[in-house]
Amino acid sequence: MEQLQKILEEIRPDVDFASEDRLIDNGVLDSIDIIAIVTAVNNAYDVEINVQYLLPEHFNSVEAIYRLICKLQDE
Amino acid sequence: MNGKNLSSRMRKRKTGKEKKMVINVLEWLEEAAKRHPDHTAFADANREINYADLQRQAKIIGCRIVELAKKRGEIWKNQPIAVLIDRNVESLILFMGILYSGNFYVPLDDTMPPKRIALILDTLGPVLIINSKEQTKLQADDMLSYTELLEGEESCSEALLADIRAKSLDTDPLYAIFTSGSTGTPKGVVVNHRSMIDLVEQFAGTFDFPREAVFGNQAPFDFDVSAKDIYNSLYGAGTVQIVPKQYFVLPLQLIPYLNERRVNVIIWAVSALRIVSNFKVFENCMPKHLSLIMFSGEVMPVKDLRYWQTALPGAQFVNLYGPTEITCNCSYYVIDREFADTETLPIGKAFRNTEMFLLDQETGRRISEQGKTGEICVRGTCLAMGYYHNPEKTAEAFVQNPLQNAYPEMIYKTGDLGYYAETGEMMFVGRKDFQIKHMGHRIELGEIETVVNALPFIDVGCCIYDEAGEKIVLCYQAAEACDKRIVQGLSEMLPKFMWPNRYLFFEQMPLNKNGKIDRTLLKETYI
Repeated sequence: MEQLQKILEEIRPDVDFASEDRLIDNGVLDSIDIIAIVTAVNNAYDVEINVQYLLPEHFNSVEAIYRLICKLQDE
Repeated sequence: MNGKNLSSRMRKRKTGKEKKMVINVLEWLEEAAKRHPDHTAFADANREINYADLQRQAKIIGCRIVELAKKRGEIWKNQPIAVLIDRNVESLILFMGILYSGNFYVPLDDTMPPKRIALILDTLGPVLIINSKEQTKLQADDMLSYTELLEGEESCSEALLADIRAKSLDTDPLYAIFTSGSTGTPKGVVVNHRSMIDLVEQFAGTFDFPREAVFGNQAPFDFDVSAKDIYNSLYGAGTVQIVPKQYFVLPLQLIPYLNERRVNVIIWAVSALRIVSNFKVFENCMPKHLSLIMFSGEVMPVKDLRYWQTALPGAQFVNLYGPTEITCNCSYYVIDREFADTETLPIGKAFRNTEMFLLDQETGRRISEQGKTGEICVRGTCLAMGYYHNPEKTAEAFVQNPLQNAYPEMIYKTGDLGYYAETGEMMFVGRKDFQIKHMGHRIELGEIETVVNALPFIDVGCCIYDEAGEKIVLCYQAAEACDKRIVQGLSEMLPKFMWPNRYLFFEQMPLNKNGKIDRTLLKETYI
């Protein structure tokens, strides 16, 4: 999860990912960030985040994104 | 000549008189309100308004604005009125209301940093700021909201509005839209009614609009891409469906929304179409009604286009090209064949009543041979009037036609480079300066650098663009690495789409033999 947080901070150095848990609902992340995050995560974790996972509940916090990655890796 | 013949001739002449040239875009609204009063004009996720109500409300707003001016002992004509926009119907109603008052609207996004908004307001000096929402963090005088403006009894003087219209010209400004400026101050492009009427008439005559067009609006209203939705729709009494922004962030619900709202035309930024292809959104849901797809803003990669074309084999796909300064678009290319992944889509040929030509950057002569690169220049009614309160920048880009000096005639130098392909189509190559297109946004790297160099802890900064990776890269020299402090500093001045995506710290920036930062070396080494 630390590695994930690092990836996210590289994309958005201005966001405090450790404390933010409404990244989508509060409009912190925009479409450009989501594309960058999905691309980076797909590469770093060898997963493929499909369109059906593109929901706020999977992107609102670092933990949520991490849970999604774990779930995809288990499949 | 007998009497009967004469009267029939006079009737003919009278009919001829009735069909007047359109000189104000509101004439389209009025025609639509007369013929299709109950038809939905604008809709967002929460609200919709039909043509009759739109016209009624816009007229009231127009009258209220005139009253406000009167209260201050002033008369406002062709004055800028800023609108704090959102993705809502109210913004569009306000635009129409401002036009009824005989003034022009300037859409502003109040989520931009306050200091940048202050720069824009400083240049603009609007007589009034109207908020389309209830809240704003913006502090300004002369501001009121849509609701406040419409409070009280609904009253409106038709005679007053008729008088305003009678005195209006098609060369009066319609809107001003602010765009990035290389010296750090955004430039307000002023577009008049005539240019927009020309654009819409050419669109209608060129593309296959469906009979009952429903436009799925993606572009924010402070981008002129959205003006094409608004006015092409008004012209044909269509509907503008404002698609909520979050559907472009996480696009799972995007296509179901377009289907539910029966959207059949989209005029989107390339970056928006690419969100769909990147995430393979059609795997989850296919569009049901789309028949016309137009895109602009960046070069559309062929593999993304193919994704869309495979899903919608019967639809018309159009590549549009042009900067805000020539009223949205000056050229088009209707996709008429298969392209290989390695090919580039042409920007095509100029619209009717517009000329596009290439000027050799060294000789200043016109280029007519194939394959030779020159600066794309534009001539015609489509030219904007210039930059608001900015004669210097206006004079740099809007210049006397260098191909003739017999009479005054302006052309616009786009700063874009292009060449003619073997087919005769125009191809886009790149920029002659440091302007970039990044995720659908037009950005002057100089504007970012101005802000970076103003930060007290930075010695010097230089931006380069990684086109393949679509990243703005900031190289900076400072006492120590300080990426986070830079972002904090930038966020006070620049909208998020202008923030660098990568930061490179240097103890000493590489210089070329002229003592300037070596951009070429930076680009070669780090991109």
